[in-house]
Amino acid sequence: MSLQTPVREEYEIALEPFTQAALARDISLAQRIWQQGWVRKTVILIALAVLWEIAARIQNNDLLLPSFLQTAHAFVDGIVTGELLGKVWISLTVLVKGYLIGIVLAFGLTTLAVSTQLGRDLLSTLTAMFNPLPAIALLPLSLLWFGLGDNSLIFVLVHSVLWALALNTYSGFLAVSETQRMAGRNYGLRGLRFVWHILIPAALPSILAGLKIGWAFAWRTLIAAELVFGASSGKGGLGWYIFQNRNELYTDKVFAGLAAVIIIGLLVENLLFNTFERLTIKKWGMQR
Amino acid sequence: MNAVLQGHTASDVLPAQAGHQATPEVLLQVSNVSLEYRTPERVVRATHQVSFEVDRSDRFVLLGPSGCGKSTLLKAVAGFIKPSEGEIRLGGDIVTEPGPDRIVVFQEFDQLPAWKTVLENVIFPLLASRTLKRREAEERARHYLEKVGLSAFANAYPHTLSGGMKARVAIARALAMQPRILLMDEPFAALDALTRRKMQEELLELWQEVRFTLLFVTHSIEEALVVGNRILLLSPHPGRVRAEINSHEYDLQSIGGVAFQASAQRIHRLLFDEAQGPVEQDLGFHDIRIAY
Repeated sequence: MSLQTPVREEYEIALEPFTQAALARDISLAQRIWQQGWVRKTVILIALAVLWEIAARIQNNDLLLPSFLQTAHAFVDGIVTGELLGKVWISLTVLVKGYLIGIVLAFGLTTLAVSTQLGRDLLSTLTAMFNPLPAIALLPLSLLWFGLGDNSLIFVLVHSVLWALALNTYSGFLAVSETQRMAGRNYGLRGLRFVWHILIPAALPSILAGLKIGWAFAWRTLIAAELVFGASSGKGGLGWYIFQNRNELYTDKVFAGLAAVIIIGLLVENLLFNTFERLTIKKWGMQR
Repeated sequence: MNAVLQGHTASDVLPAQAGHQATPEVLLQVSNVSLEYRTPERVVRATHQVSFEVDRSDRFVLLGPSGCGKSTLLKAVAGFIKPSEGEIRLGGDIVTEPGPDRIVVFQEFDQLPAWKTVLENVIFPLLASRTLKRREAEERARHYLEKVGLSAFANAYPHTLSGGMKARVAIARALAMQPRILLMDEPFAALDALTRRKMQEELLELWQEVRFTLLFVTHSIEEALVVGNRILLLSPHPGRVRAEINSHEYDLQSIGGVAFQASAQRIHRLLFDEAQGPVEQDLGFHDIRIAY
């Protein structure tokens, strides 16, 4: 008896409708603004620009480090005269071609890999061989095979996109749960329809990560390739613009060219990829 | 005791019928099915020569402790696993591969594609299996969503639903296919006790209305008694038929009643006694639950 805890008195409370406080409260305006991702990112960018400007003023050497304002001036100049825009356009068209071919090949290879044992071995062997190989290292060979021109650039671009994307897509496919696979097969889905209706949407987070990595690899490879061998079929792209202006010691234009590379990267990441993510995997609750 | 019970199972009845076509009453025939699965080191036998028959509109329950191969058996009926011995016939045809005439409701919440709304989830199998055209499929999907009380959530995505609602969508999706047999693999095991009870109630109401044929896998004795009208007891490692028991007289109201408790104890004894045997002494029966 002594081991039992003392018995407390029971009680009941009759509950009235809840009116003491509002059920939901509004978040303050400042907090709501700060919650917008682009606001925070803009603040970061402005802070970086200010730091750059200060550093350049202290350094006080236009040839080595032009200030932010000088660069912005050269950039706007390039846009207005159309010189920079033209270069960007040349680079982007080559880039998109290589990127798209790379995507098609990557999906072909991974589809093969999920459907046959031999395809799996092929994919893992090829990625193990070629993924560590820098695309730019293939450029001399590519020039030999395809000559000076877009084709040799596209070849190295495909190489830079293909393996990263194939690796990500394949690991995404492998991670699709057994339940979802069985559910799909239960409805009679198989072959390409199974890949299209079940595997691709279920693996979309990994595929998107692969697309992003592939995009960054391709962009880097392209600029580097243009720096190395310059003009393709008489017209140079953004890399050539940077290279040429360095030779002529227009450092502000070099910075403007680099800024263009960065800005395009930011735009693609924030507008294209983020929008796509928001409309798919975030809406579906696959990613926070 | 074992020998006497064996006489009640389908295995002894089957040879007499083997020569004939399946009688119209019998929908699913599982005869002497042994199932094996492969690990890198060895081949493990999950079930050994299991036989049973499911009649049309039966609510047939496979009950047993974990490791008795009941889920594997259900997957074999669904066509995901090929028997190493014996055969499975649905309406006289041998089951060889998965198909839309046998829809499975899984335990896992991720059985619903996250990229489709509730309505699209129910429509999807109808389109994927080319059962119906888009418009008829949507009509039927809405009909079954209403039956499970989810009309208001037709355009919600699965990740916004509670566990019970996801289970309801999975059931609506399966019923909309109007399969010849509905296969449920512990569909309510991941739900909380209150929701589980509600789902059992709703499942029985749906059955009253639609009279589908159900093959239901569970490891809860109480759930088996409530949901099923016939229960097949399986012994573990490998799964063999221990008994077949009728439970048509029980529903959710019978829980706690004398007859219900007696049946539950009888099942418990049938499964538990065997575990005292020298061979299977080390087996855990912690997952056999007599009550929630």
